[in-house]
Amino acid sequence: MSEIEHRVRQFIIDNLLFGDEAAAPAPETSFLETRLIDSTGVLELVHFLETEFSISIADHELVPDNLDSLRKIGALVTRKQPRRADPLAPSRSGAGEEAGDG
Amino acid sequence: MASFSAEVLQLDLAREAERICAALRAQVFGELKRRGAVVGLSGGIDSSVVGALCARALGPARVLGLLMPERESAAETLGLSRALAQHLQIPTEVEEISPVLDGLGCYRRRDAAIRAVAPEYGPGDTAKLVLPPVTEAARYNIFSLVIRSADGRERRLRLTPQAYLGIVAATNFKQRVRTMLAYYHADRLHYAVAGTPNRLEYDQGFFVKAGDGAADFKPIAHLYKSQVYALAEHLGVPESIRSRPPTTDTYPLAQGQDEFFFALPYAELDLCLWGKDHGVAAAAVAPAIGLTPAQVEQVFADIERKRLTTRYLHAEALLVEAVFADGASR
Repeated sequence: MSEIEHRVRQFIIDNLLFGDEAAAPAPETSFLETRLIDSTGVLELVHFLETEFSISIADHELVPDNLDSLRKIGALVTRKQPRRADPLAPSRSGAGEEAGDG
Repeated sequence: MASFSAEVLQLDLAREAERICAALRAQVFGELKRRGAVVGLSGGIDSSVVGALCARALGPARVLGLLMPERESAAETLGLSRALAQHLQIPTEVEEISPVLDGLGCYRRRDAAIRAVAPEYGPGDTAKLVLPPVTEAARYNIFSLVIRSADGRERRLRLTPQAYLGIVAATNFKQRVRTMLAYYHADRLHYAVAGTPNRLEYDQGFFVKAGDGAADFKPIAHLYKSQVYALAEHLGVPESIRSRPPTTDTYPLAQGQDEFFFALPYAELDLCLWGKDHGVAAAAVAPAIGLTPAQVEQVFADIERKRLTTRYLHAEALLVEAVFADGASR
């Protein structure tokens, strides 16, 4: 499981599963099919992704293809994040990935 | 197989009206042991039909029409409700609920929640919540906030979870205050309170718990919305009410029910709901309503999703164990 997937999984356990680690979804598990998430949950998830990973998700991207499993979310966030900086390039490296780590 | 069409919703209206009236008399006078009924009239089709059925079943003198406008109600609401009451010859009471809502902080709390995502929202601006059309491929039911500024410009904003819940919670004061007043008058007159949901609203959970969801009897909860319109005509509900598009009349910016909750016009949703519940394939429903089979599948899935997510609204308070010997929740 990628670092992104792991962080999203932890968010789901803390906020949607009320700490029940045993109920945590596997990377490919569909949130819709397992009724893990309702529309308020989607709002919470999107808000989390935008703040945690410093990305912006457009309305047309709010579809199950992007958000319905840890794997799909991992792929979405990876696509959205600024690329890890080329070490030779001027700095501003990985600003997105580090933001919100607290 | 005969092709699927809106004919499946056709009723013998005279018989249906009589059946409901018989049930109403048995429920109000027999089971509930009350002397009449309070009906909150909104000027909409559902409350008008319930008012007409109550007047016919119990007698006009035993029905109180309660008119409860507030400052954000549509201008025509009060006039339409009055016209109906006059037509039915039922007594009315008018309760202007804006001062109560002010006292509860309904408007203030809602506007504060709106400003959390739209800091410039101010006097003269209006707002409403909208859903994407359910037939758009695989979208989530996520509300957006639409703001119309004083100069008429509209813009659409994504809500944070806190803002969304805050707006809904504050707005629900309106339905809950109306229910509180309905029960005040019901207690005063020893009447029962009529609930006005149609089948779409009842089935899909389009009501406020302990608000318009609370009532003693719900005489049209089994009727599809198109059937409610047909019954309205049969019962002589004025044309001005029958031709009015369904509205929530809840948000300051006018809002159709189809954009707030159902995300599909009622006539189409009626047929989807009927089809789904009677095992009709999406491919057979689709041509009857001008959608593709894939879109109808989306609607079927949305119906199921709403049933699941609104189960909480129908649920009575949960007990750890049965209290009455027969196991009934009573």
